[in-house]
Amino acid sequence: MTELAKKKRPEFRNLNLFSDVRTYRLPLAGFISILHRVSGMRMCILLPLGIWMFDTSVSAEISFGRFSAAFNVGLGFVPGWFIKLVTLALIWAYLHHLAAGVRHLYLDVSHKTTKDFGRQSAVATLVFSIGLTLILGAKLFGLY
Amino acid sequence: MAVTYGSKRTVVGAHYGWRDFVVQRITAILLLAFTLLLLAQLLFTKGPIGYDTWAGIFSPQWMKALTFSVIVALIWHAWVGVCSVWYDYAKPAGLRLVLQALSAIWLVSCGGWAVQVLWRL
Repeated sequence: MTELAKKKRPEFRNLNLFSDVRTYRLPLAGFISILHRVSGMRMCILLPLGIWMFDTSVSAEISFGRFSAAFNVGLGFVPGWFIKLVTLALIWAYLHHLAAGVRHLYLDVSHKTTKDFGRQSAVATLVFSIGLTLILGAKLFGLY
Repeated sequence: MAVTYGSKRTVVGAHYGWRDFVVQRITAILLLAFTLLLLAQLLFTKGPIGYDTWAGIFSPQWMKALTFSVIVALIWHAWVGVCSVWYDYAKPAGLRLVLQALSAIWLVSCGGWAVQVLWRL
């Protein structure tokens, strides 16, 4: 094998979900970007859960009790810890989508399109969303 | 050759992409502002937040009106977002049409439910 052929780097022209995704190294800004989509789709799919929470929590005192009970004792055959877990997934999705969205808006108005700023703001987004998710998650599961 | 990009860009077509771009950002700002407003109301509450405090936040007429436009903004924002996901990943036109139709039904139904909850407060 010649030197040139050995050094040939992989080219990604059209990503294949099954063969390329595992080996493709996404920069941090790209990682944030795909999580923006994942969190957005997650919220879209969990939208009925969010509206159910709004409905039961705000409609009447009795339904408010049902709302709190869902987290503490569960709802039907669904245990409370599972509802808490799904809610935490929703909280993460909201926080990440919000932080990444603010980053988008800032990039729109500031035109700071350098590689460095892309990376730094991506780190800030992750620290904000994961940090707050951990704090709120600890509260949700009654750790403090 | 004349510059036709940046601020000198020749604007043509029916602004399909431009409208989605602007709507996505305006609705995002409204959702962000509403989040901060709700958060501020909760943070400035003294003592534990029970049903009365929570329902009290949504009782003024201006809050109901604002929440209504936030629901519309949320559904519209989600619609633009979900469509761009289908545009990117669902290539066959038939599949894309089905997914878009299902998304529209899903979002409009959810929006209707949310408005119904708001309406009877």
